[in-house]
Amino acid sequence: MSDTGTNYGEIVKNGLWEQNVVFAQMLALCPLMAVTTSGTNGLGMGLATTAVLVCANVLVSLIRQVVSAQVRIPVFIVLIATLVTIVDMAMNAWLHELYKVLGLFIALIVVNCAILGRSESFAVKNGVAASAVDGLAMGLGFTGALVLLGLVREFLGSGTLFAQASQLLGPAFSFLEVKIPGYGGALLMILPPGAFAALGFLLAGKRLIDRRLAEREAARAAVAAA
Amino acid sequence: MNTAALTAQPVASPHAHGGNSVTRTMFRVQMALVPATLYGFWLFGWPAFFLWLLTILSCLGFEALSLKLMGVTRIKRTLFDGSALLTGWLLAMTLPPWAPWWVAVLGGFIAIVIGKQVFGGVGQNVFNPAMVARVALLVSFPLPLTQWVSPLPMSAGATPDFVASLRIFLTSLPVPDAMTSATLLGHAKTELARGIDLGQALGAGPALSLIGMRAGSFGESAALLILCGGLYLLITRVITWHAPLAVLAGVAIPAAIAHGVDPGRFLSVEAHLLSGALVLGAFFIATDYVTSPNTASGQIVFGLGIGFLTWVIRSFGGYPEGMAFAVLLMNALTPVIDRFVKPRVLGRDRKGKPLDIPENT
Repeated sequence: MSDTGTNYGEIVKNGLWEQNVVFAQMLALCPLMAVTTSGTNGLGMGLATTAVLVCANVLVSLIRQVVSAQVRIPVFIVLIATLVTIVDMAMNAWLHELYKVLGLFIALIVVNCAILGRSESFAVKNGVAASAVDGLAMGLGFTGALVLLGLVREFLGSGTLFAQASQLLGPAFSFLEVKIPGYGGALLMILPPGAFAALGFLLAGKRLIDRRLAEREAARAAVAAA
Repeated sequence: MNTAALTAQPVASPHAHGGNSVTRTMFRVQMALVPATLYGFWLFGWPAFFLWLLTILSCLGFEALSLKLMGVTRIKRTLFDGSALLTGWLLAMTLPPWAPWWVAVLGGFIAIVIGKQVFGGVGQNVFNPAMVARVALLVSFPLPLTQWVSPLPMSAGATPDFVASLRIFLTSLPVPDAMTSATLLGHAKTELARGIDLGQALGAGPALSLIGMRAGSFGESAALLILCGGLYLLITRVITWHAPLAVLAGVAIPAAIAHGVDPGRFLSVEAHLLSGALVLGAFFIATDYVTSPNTASGQIVFGLGIGFLTWVIRSFGGYPEGMAFAVLLMNALTPVIDRFVKPRVLGRDRKGKPLDIPENT
């Protein structure tokens, strides 16, 4: 497929909504459940994953003609592992507070199914530019899901929003931090069962929106036909 | 329990409808709960009544809302089959009698929406809805869910009147320390943590809990009345003896052995049997048609598991009471039990081979 014929709008739409890593593909649930105890953690994890995803897609797309099909998986894994190590060290150096929270899960980005999945299903078949856009869109879709679930759990579980955001984004963003007065929070939402319940409700919400959109589309088609 | 199967009309002559229905079963279980509930009202006053009422109303409200969202056309019929009412009732029996109003509302939401309707409604749920709500509330709000008020019988002078009770219920202020008291299991756990021998720590605890004049939930305070309700269910054949007896045995056997070995460390059999939600759980929770195994021998395995896990959690766990956790764990194992404990197929032996019957010549 030549890059000139690539529909970038479609790629972005797939990454953010139609084929969203979490809400449509149901991939990468392990880091999703583990780090989304707050919106800030979700954001940090999402951005780290996005960085790895974009680089991995670009590199895989560059070497796709050279690597034979038989050894592609080990090669991709080595590439991804290298990138994850770089991100891991970078976060340890410059975002140390967040690194202490995310810790192990940064290293585990390497086994995130979403990244190998995109290499296998997209980057290996498409050009560099398209792969980069796909990595970015998928990564941002994943980040969005992480932040949304993180915010829901944080709000219900500890009564705050974006706690410690200024440590991740700098003091300029301290206005994001909200504390609901007089609410201690339901501890269950911070624990894994709360994550599953919240994710279930978010999935139901996404399906509802999709169904409404399809109904509207069908109604419009019926009007156009009549 | 499948609504469709129970309400299907017989189509040809060899069938007779026994008159049984979901509604009738649920009604009988509710009848069995009445004595213990009334006793609870008398013991803990108006706040307990408000809690009971709001928990049930909340369950019915969320049931109606879920049915509407699911597009069920005959909402009223499903709503008043008594299953949501019973869930709310059972949940209220396990809550601290003076819990604030939002505990009731949130409990109803968790029980009905998360515990039952997301699985597809009555007969489809994997876990017992009342126990799901109980555990979720306990884990989420440890403080309000462990404040047990001392029993203040309606006849006593210090009982709060109607208006004061409403204020207690609605403001969700912490109950004054003077009125609170630990449950027997909680007391035993605290004293053990302080290194005090159980023989000294407990006075006349177990004997008192039989008549219910002690802190605890509705279902905990009146073990004897709950037992009467359970026997009524046995007589009317709403439940069979397998699961309740297995639960009681599952607690009593390890408790007897451990207490015999080290009475200072482990509670006695009577203390285990008469405190906490054990009797309520054995007769009303473990016998839930939906979340327990289908065969009699499966129910025995299920009950023994609940009892043993309850004893383990009570004796070694972080929480003083483990009934609800044990029930949820065994609920999760129910499909496995049903897979391995199957009834014998007619004309075949236990392994599924055809019986060796001589041919008629």
